[in-house]
Amino acid sequence: MSSTSTASHGANLDGELHAHGDTHGHGSMRSYLIGFALSAVLTAIPFWLVMSDVLGNSTWTSAAVIAFAVAQVVVHTICFLHVNTQAEGGWTLVAFVFTAVILLIIIAGSLWIMYHLNTNMMPGMMTGQAATMP
Amino acid sequence: MTTMAQDNSPVDPSTFYVVEQDDHGHGSPTLLGFWIYLMSDALIFAALFATFGVLSSSYAGGPAPHEIFNLRLVALNTAILLFSSITYGFAMLAMERGGLRAVQGWLLVTGLLGLSFVGVELYEFAELIAEGATPQRSGFLSAFFTLVGTHGLHVTVGIIWIGVMLVQLNQRGLHLENKRRLQCLSMFWHFLDVIWIGVFSFVYLLGMVR
Repeated sequence: MSSTSTASHGANLDGELHAHGDTHGHGSMRSYLIGFALSAVLTAIPFWLVMSDVLGNSTWTSAAVIAFAVAQVVVHTICFLHVNTQAEGGWTLVAFVFTAVILLIIIAGSLWIMYHLNTNMMPGMMTGQAATMP
Repeated sequence: MTTMAQDNSPVDPSTFYVVEQDDHGHGSPTLLGFWIYLMSDALIFAALFATFGVLSSSYAGGPAPHEIFNLRLVALNTAILLFSSITYGFAMLAMERGGLRAVQGWLLVTGLLGLSFVGVELYEFAELIAEGATPQRSGFLSAFFTLVGTHGLHVTVGIIWIGVMLVQLNQRGLHLENKRRLQCLSMFWHFLDVIWIGVFSFVYLLGMVR
C-alpha cells in the first residue's frame, strides 16, 4: 500500500469517525504549542518561588503555588485534553466540572474535618476540659 | 430464519433497536466513556490527595519533607512529563495527517520519556528507602508513597499501552479502531500529566514550604 493511498484512506475513516455529531477535538499544532509554553511558564515560576524563596513568606508562597497549579490544570484541560463546550455535545465538560466539584469537596472537606478533630480533640485538651468541669 | 425474514420483509426486521448504537465505529461513545473512566480515576486520586493532606504533618518523629525531598529531581521529572505530553500531541497531529511512521516515531519518543520518568521516580524512591524514609516510617511517608506510587503505576500502565499501540500500528496501520485507541491513550497520557501537576505542587512544593 502506498503512502498516498494510506493517507486518503485515513482521511476517509477520520471523516467517518467524526460523523453523527462526534466533534471530539484533537487540537492543532497551535493549541499544543501554546499549551506547552504556558505549562512551562506555570511550572517554572512556582519551582523558582520555592527553590530560591523569593517571597520570603511561606503563606504567600503556598498561595502562589496553589494558584499556579490550578491555572496549569486549566491550561492542560483546554490545550491538551481539548475539553470545551462543543466536544461530545458538552458532556466532557459537564463530567469534568462535576468531578472537579466532588474532588474539591473530598479534599477540602477531609482537611477541614481532620484539622478540627486534631485541634479540638487533642488528649491534653480533653484532660484540661475535664479538669475545669464542675 | 430466512423464510421468516422474507415473510416480514415489508416490515423492516431490523428496527427493533437503534441501529447506530450497535455500531462502535463512530468512536463517540467510547471516547466519552473513557473520559468518564478518567474522571472516576481522578476521584481515586482525590481520595489519595485528601489522605496525604490529612497525614502530611504526621511525621511520628521521622523525617520531614524538606529533609528528604530533592526538588531538582522533581523539576527534572516534571520537565520529562511535560515534554512527553507535547510529543504525544505531535503523535496525534501526525495521526490526523495519516502519517503512520510519524505517529510511531512520536509514540516511541513519548514512551521513552515515560520510561525515564518512571526511572527517575524509582531512583528517588530507592534513595528515600536507603535513607530510612520507608513507607513504614510515618503516616506522612505512607501517604506519600501511596499517592506518588499510584501515579507512577499509572504511568507504567501508560507505557505498556504505548508499547501495545506500537505493535498494533505496525500490524494494522492507522485504521478507525487504532485511531480511536490512540485518542483514548491521548486522554490517558495527558490526564496523568494533570495529576502530576497536583503531585509536584501539593506534595513536593508545599511540602518544602511547610
